[in-house]
Amino acid sequence: MDKGTVLYGVDPLILLDHYEIDYHHSYAQDSPFFVGLTKGQLLGSRCTACGYTYATPRAHCMGCGAATSWLALPLTGLVHTFTTCHYGGEVFLKETPFTLILVEFDGADTLFLSRIKGIRPDAVRIGLPVVARFAKAPAFKVTDVWFEPADQA
Amino acid sequence: MRPVYMVGGGITKFAKAHPEKDFRLMVKEAYDYTLHDVPRLSKDMIDGAVGSYFSDHFTRQLKAASMVQDYLGLCPKPSKRVEGGGATGGLCFQSAWEAVASGRMNCCLAFGFETMSRVNTWKGNEFIALASDTNFDFPVGGFYSGYYAMMVQRHMYEFGTTVEQMAMVSVKNHANALHNPYAQKAKRLTIKQVRESPMVATPLTMEDICTMSDGAAVCLLASEELAGKVCDRPVKITGVGSGSDAMRMADRPHGKVILLPHERESDYQHLKYPGVHSFRGGRMAAKLAYEMAGIRNPLEELSFVELHDAYTSSEIQTYEDLGLCRYGEGGRFVESGIPFLPGLDYGLELPKQGRLPVNPSGGLLACGHPVGATGLMQAVFAFWQLQGTIGKHLNDERLQVRNAKRGLIHSHAGTGTYITASILEAP
Ligand SMILES: [Zn+2]
Repeated sequence: MDKGTVLYGVDPLILLDHYEIDYHHSYAQDSPFFVGLTKGQLLGSRCTACGYTYATPRAHCMGCGAATSWLALPLTGLVHTFTTCHYGGEVFLKETPFTLILVEFDGADTLFLSRIKGIRPDAVRIGLPVVARFAKAPAFKVTDVWFEPADQA
Repeated sequence: MRPVYMVGGGITKFAKAHPEKDFRLMVKEAYDYTLHDVPRLSKDMIDGAVGSYFSDHFTRQLKAASMVQDYLGLCPKPSKRVEGGGATGGLCFQSAWEAVASGRMNCCLAFGFETMSRVNTWKGNEFIALASDTNFDFPVGGFYSGYYAMMVQRHMYEFGTTVEQMAMVSVKNHANALHNPYAQKAKRLTIKQVRESPMVATPLTMEDICTMSDGAAVCLLASEELAGKVCDRPVKITGVGSGSDAMRMADRPHGKVILLPHERESDYQHLKYPGVHSFRGGRMAAKLAYEMAGIRNPLEELSFVELHDAYTSSEIQTYEDLGLCRYGEGGRFVESGIPFLPGLDYGLELPKQGRLPVNPSGGLLACGHPVGATGLMQAVFAFWQLQGTIGKHLNDERLQVRNAKRGLIHSHAGTGTYITASILEAP
């Protein structure tokens, strides 16, 4: 949209310079994870050689380099750490305050980043049991899943 | 590899915005200051350059380092750009070291800059958060202060680190900056004021976090032969090390500590490492740098440290990675007073004040963090400390570490994805 020339200053000369772009972004080998979210599944991956289990999936093992296979994670886990953001990147400012958590799962060696909802921010603590919730209208983004305290299940 | 010396450096003061000068002119100012400080070195002795800036999003000028190269009149000499997030400046410094150590160049210029003021702070935070996994991390609420807040929550849980200990880092670095005219946020703070400033991401407040800035810095590195000819007090670079870790914090393993010579496995029997509370890449960088420099106990053998305090929490975490104290003792380390400067009044009880000053310049918290320039700024401050010329360059002697023999500079990217440590020694 052409707004004409917008000047913020004349000495030095400062003007508005607009920029936007659309990408054709492929999830490539990670695609099944995002499809899984639309079916209420949280997919991790497990190394076919050493058995190391990733709660945030990757197609190849960081340790030994072998291919991994998909695996459904439990839909309950524990809060490993957390923070409540009162500011954020511009796109997220309207959503503040929001609370980020890293989730640990039984049987997984690594963690998963998500948001926790349905709880007062000051009630979130490390070790809190949480349960996954899925968006009814998926956007094919990692935000199609979030967590809530398990005792409210 | 042959010995490498730093013979000059300069800084264009970091500021919230420098609308009156673009990145080329910012670098030119620091470069001219450097050449003026080393009058026996002429431009034709510089064999090439390495440029550093972090973000094409901020600059919106691809190949911006080429424009600096021509602005400084260094074409057609060799040149390249180095980029590695927050560690860009530290990586640039080490890249210039490699050029001289390998014998490829006798004199290499390292220049770095960032222009972050052209977008608002929150758009800037969004750009920086693009340096996290854009499939799995960014969309959840990508925000670096949030990532660091999660890391320190875990540090507090594991080790009992307190927000007051974190606030002491803020008090220290902002107060040191009162004597540094290159700093932009010099002020006297109390622990209470740090805690009462606006909450950004629990438990980090505005005063726990550095500011985005515009600025530039340059370093000139030279071979032993050339350094001896052009510089009265060249500073030797005796160790370089760097390390890395997985992009996603969620992917960090829970294994064994990488030990330094003064540590034992029995120190850490129950610690799962690095988890999200420690920076494995920082420990690796320190280990490699110490090995090259022959350092066995850093607390005893270093005179000062300039480290990447983008957050008060990461300064505490970094004490541990660098082995200044054991893992888990970072909070008590700052409380002891060890990393404060001697002779300054911080309004705090500090039993061991000044034993090993950390961030005597004021660090990123007080100087600012124009990403590509930051690691080089640390090198310049360390260079002046080791030359004993702080008084000359800052017009204030009070930040001069007495009898400074050996300094460490530490540059850090992402949530610990690239980290450098370099050791500099006095003539
Ligand atoms: Zn494996």
